[in-house]
Amino acid sequence: MASSRRLVGGLCLVVFGMFGFGFALVPLYQVFCDLTGLNGKTSNIVNAQAQSSQGIDIERIVTVEFVTYISKGMQWQLTPKVEQLKVHPGQMYEMEFIATNLSAKDQVGQAVPSVSPGQGANYLNKTECFCFNQQPLAAGETATLPLRFFVDTELPQDISTLTLSYTLYELPQPQQKG
Amino acid sequence: MSTGSASNPLVSDADEHIHEGHDHKPKGFLARWVYTTNHKDIGSLYLLFSFAMFLTGGAMAMVIRAELFQPGLQLLEPNFFNQMTTVHGLIMVFGAVMPAFVGLANWMIPVMIGAPDMALPRMNNWSFWILPFAFSLMLMTLFMEGGGPNFGWTFYAPLSTKYSPDSTALFVFAVHLMGISSIMGAINVIVTIVNLRAPGMTMMKLPLFVWTWLITAFLLIAVMPVLAGVVTMVLTDKYFGTSFFDAAGGGDPVMFQHIFWFFGHPEVYIMILPSFGIISAIVPTFSRKPLFGYASMVYATASIAGLSFLVWAHHMFTTGMPVAAELFFMYCTMLISIPTGVKVFNWVATMWRGSLTFEVPMLFAIAFIVLFTIGGFSGLMLAITPVDFQYHDTYFVVAHFHYVLVSGAIFSIMAASYYWLPKWTGYMYDEGLAKWHFWCSLISVNVLFFPMHFLGLAGMPRRIPDYALQFANVNAVVSLGGFAFGLSQLIFLVVVIKCMRGKGERAAAKPWEGAEGLEWEMPSPAPYHTHTTPPEIK
Ligand code: HEM
Ligand SMILES: [Cu+2]
Repeated sequence: MASSRRLVGGLCLVVFGMFGFGFALVPLYQVFCDLTGLNGKTSNIVNAQAQSSQGIDIERIVTVEFVTYISKGMQWQLTPKVEQLKVHPGQMYEMEFIATNLSAKDQVGQAVPSVSPGQGANYLNKTECFCFNQQPLAAGETATLPLRFFVDTELPQDISTLTLSYTLYELPQPQQKG
Repeated sequence: MSTGSASNPLVSDADEHIHEGHDHKPKGFLARWVYTTNHKDIGSLYLLFSFAMFLTGGAMAMVIRAELFQPGLQLLEPNFFNQMTTVHGLIMVFGAVMPAFVGLANWMIPVMIGAPDMALPRMNNWSFWILPFAFSLMLMTLFMEGGGPNFGWTFYAPLSTKYSPDSTALFVFAVHLMGISSIMGAINVIVTIVNLRAPGMTMMKLPLFVWTWLITAFLLIAVMPVLAGVVTMVLTDKYFGTSFFDAAGGGDPVMFQHIFWFFGHPEVYIMILPSFGIISAIVPTFSRKPLFGYASMVYATASIAGLSFLVWAHHMFTTGMPVAAELFFMYCTMLISIPTGVKVFNWVATMWRGSLTFEVPMLFAIAFIVLFTIGGFSGLMLAITPVDFQYHDTYFVVAHFHYVLVSGAIFSIMAASYYWLPKWTGYMYDEGLAKWHFWCSLISVNVLFFPMHFLGLAGMPRRIPDYALQFANVNAVVSLGGFAFGLSQLIFLVVVIKCMRGKGERAAAKPWEGAEGLEWEMPSPAPYHTHTTPPEIK
């Protein structure tokens, strides 16, 4: 019976270990995706100097598409000025999005970017993006939101279209920047 | 594996003969069934419970097929349809197939390895009695405002977080309870097999049903906690403001699928490995030959279990993984078909030149081998990444997993029931009715699921209450097959009730001429306490 108790103890350890492992998958997944860019999450702000060090690849044309989603229950509108741009890798481009708060409340929104296909995520470099900031809008207010980006010249050859999508979320409480 | 013949009765059995008639069963309903720690009683409870769940889940399938009989919305609202598909899946997986296997394990493992009971009898009682509560909780949600779970048995985020009904917390608790029950059952099986084998019952003498269950139990304790983890994350995402799967807070909904399928793929093997054990018991009996390739069966089972941790993303080919990952998961998935093929060839080789007879357990076993193989082939088709882009989320997938689960796992459970019913009840089942049950099931299961392959190839998506007109004829046929299959199972209900009530021929200790194993060396019905002194293993 002592051996039973040891075995049961061991098996319970496995059970708790695997329960923990389930949660450990979360940070593991984040690290893995950060390293590989696989889940379409774009890296943070890129220094504008990074671009000037690359030449411009005039031979190559890449289509960059812009799509936006508004999260459920949020009455805002977010529209790109143009739906798509044909770009040369290495060249800097500027884009604008128009955001309107259609609701009767003052709200703060934040856009979360994502790039598809995921393998291209690390090659779409943003030097300026409204997605780095929280965006307060009073009821009915409209704002123009800037985006500056360039596509890395190292972008794998088999990728000819990058889709940059923004999902707009409402932040719980308005936070005024001091 | 062979353990003597009828001319060499085991000491303990002779002992039990003397005791027959007053074998110390507890008196009174409560004491006998609610407080019971007897492995045979608990096994029976599990089996009856799973049968009840099979009929409940089956009734939901009838509702689904009635709605899909014609295009357009005839009977149900889409949201209720979604609840039916979700709860049907959850009940069949966690309420019908898994508890049926645990019931078989409880009844047969101690008897087969010469142990007096399971190693942890009190925990055994707990692990069964949790289940009725878990399923009541889940079924209750169907009657609540906002309805029950409607996000598919796979409960992908954000369907199960942001868009789910208010009753989701109850769904989460129900899954927690089912998980705890399976984990306790699995621990019990492992400790029993490792510690309670009769002297001389070495590992490589274990019947294959015991071996496959040992490996299944390890799969269970490895992945049920991961399921518990992922439902917990769903719970906190929905109610406590975490954002594991919410991109707004830095989470990722695709991660849900990775964690879920890390559990989910091994789970499908949890639902088939014990079947392999059952078929490996039945085919030799009715072929009157020892199983071909016993050792290779053990190794094949172990390698299937090991590989099952490396293939989960074949459920996610269309989520935009890089090519290297798609290839890795494609090849690993195809690799699994090698040990699976070894098993199928071993069964066929066992039958080769045997003196076959076709009693009902054998009929179900042969149907299992053929139809499970069809399911394996459609699995292989799905494993080819580029074609899965076409098949994914269509009825082709529905056809695949019903071939492996209904004509696979469920047919093996029916085979096992017919095979061991004489041992459990002491009476032979009604052979005529049983044959009717078999042939009706065999024909209707194919009318029900085979045309689904074509629907899927033609592009009909799964989990929808309405469909395009060109699918109408085939769906009508499928629905008719479905109703026929559902009705056929009522024959099984009658057969089981007749056996339990003692209507029928008395069963001999060994009703099957070619059967081998300790369970056939005790009288039928098996006495309440068996192997109180360890049997002699030859
Ligand atoms: C040769 C063996 C097998 C192979 C290669 C295989 C392959 C696959 C693949 C690639 C899929 C994903 C299809 C898609 O969603 O596009 C799938 C789905 C599925 N398979 Fe298998 N499979 C095999 C055996 C089994 C067995 C033995 C079972 C269970 C007893 C099983 C149960 C399932 C289930 C339940 C699903 C669908 C899950 C869902 O999306 O709801 N498969 N299989
Ligand atoms: Cu799988």
